[in-house]
Amino acid sequence: MTKRIYTDPSIASSEITPESVFLNRRAFIKASSGTAASALGLSTLSSAAEPSELIYKTDPDGSLRGEQTPYDAVTSYNNFYEFGTDKSDPARHADSMATDPWTIKVGGLVDQPGELHLEDVMSGFDLEERIYRFRCVEAWSMVVPWIGFPLSALLKRFAPRSEGRFVEFKTLYRRSEMRGTRSFTSVIDWPYREGLRLDEAMHPLTLVAVGLYGKTLPNQNGAPLRLVVPWKYGFKSIKSIVEINVTAEQPETSWQTLQPNEYGFFANVNPEVDHPRWSQRFERKLPSSIFKPNRVPTLPFNGYEEQVAGLYEGMDLRQFY
Amino acid sequence: MQHKATLPPWCLTGLVLGACSLPLVLLATQLARGQLGPDPAERLMQDTGEWALRGLALVLLASPLARAGWRGVFRYRRILGVTVFLYVSVHLLLFAQVYVGWSGALLIEELKERPYVLVGFSAWLSLLPLALTSTDKARRRLGRHWRSLHRLIYLATLLAWLHLLWLARSDVGEAVVYGLIFAALLGWRLRRYRQRAR
Repeated sequence: MTKRIYTDPSIASSEITPESVFLNRRAFIKASSGTAASALGLSTLSSAAEPSELIYKTDPDGSLRGEQTPYDAVTSYNNFYEFGTDKSDPARHADSMATDPWTIKVGGLVDQPGELHLEDVMSGFDLEERIYRFRCVEAWSMVVPWIGFPLSALLKRFAPRSEGRFVEFKTLYRRSEMRGTRSFTSVIDWPYREGLRLDEAMHPLTLVAVGLYGKTLPNQNGAPLRLVVPWKYGFKSIKSIVEINVTAEQPETSWQTLQPNEYGFFANVNPEVDHPRWSQRFERKLPSSIFKPNRVPTLPFNGYEEQVAGLYEGMDLRQFY
Repeated sequence: MQHKATLPPWCLTGLVLGACSLPLVLLATQLARGQLGPDPAERLMQDTGEWALRGLALVLLASPLARAGWRGVFRYRRILGVTVFLYVSVHLLLFAQVYVGWSGALLIEELKERPYVLVGFSAWLSLLPLALTSTDKARRRLGRHWRSLHRLIYLATLLAWLHLLWLARSDVGEAVVYGLIFAALLGWRLRRYRQRAR
């Protein structure tokens, strides 16, 4: 008699919980026990904001590991204008943002519009580490070990329709918790919005990050989940996402709306196209110092040319910057 | 206000000198201790620029104060003026070191293509002759031309403010505040000039 391996025909293989997610439940339970405590009034601010450990698959391509920007630098030097325009403002003030509960609304041109709760996100996707270069439009850069999953995996669950050509993202806008949005002199029209072409959004490099350095994202880095598009300037990698829409038309994005001659929709890292107010040919790879500025040449598509240049074949990248 | 000095002037001079160098000394200390974060150049550029603007405002405040009765204020204005030039020079040196890497070609490109760099550089250039003619000897030699030459401070103020405004990305709050301060200080002069002309 041959041995038969038991399989339950009623469970499709796609529904089987991957091991990492199963193991992740522990991280999830650990994170949510904090919530239960805070519901009981036991928790203080600090415990709610403390990043918790994640379980993930290590980046198989460790070539950038030796260049990682230290954790302290990644979490203390941020642009998150909802909390102020100074680089140190987000680390000081982002704690006021409540990230639990958190819901992401997914809609627009999709067959199954709906909502994703953070719990679903944390338990429903295989987390993996991706060590990416991160290049800010302001000519500084970092190397960050993100933890996340491809955006394509998320979008596929909502079944984008064939008319969908773009994806629009929105950041949380909660005035009472975001002091930067209360500034009288700020000219940004909140909420912060970003967008990608659908093929860019589905590209395997495009990541939804829920953590960095093995732990959940600190608020100043865009907790609880953010986009990371490594070949584009940092402002495209929108933080603290609450809404995702698939659209037929190119969505309006915050910086492009504000200063279209300075910030394009594509915003691909390109040393050949300067920002009107500064050169993009070099970057300060942080941490930098006065005597050793660590000024290095900027790479086309931030070093991801091989993987993504095909997306823009036939386009004049000077016109579509 | 009657300035009945109970303190000898050198004492106040020492105080002013100390106050003028304090921000720079503090920044240098923080830099040496690595307390300026992962991108110290950005912090130093921002802080030296801002202290220069504050200094400029104080320099421009001297005349109204003198008019209000404190004649002795001019003694300290010179220290303040030279300090402003020092801070702007540090600002410029940092730019050359960190942002341009001492490349002449890149500096020329920056000056040509980025108006805010050109405007900031012009502000430094217009302060240069003022700093060079700040000695008693130069002042005596220039005679009445000294005053006309030192009106360049108004140009430097306008350029510095434009430089700040041009750098604002999404929040013009700071530029507005400095704009109001400078408008008040320059407006006061304009009003006096008109009154005297009448």
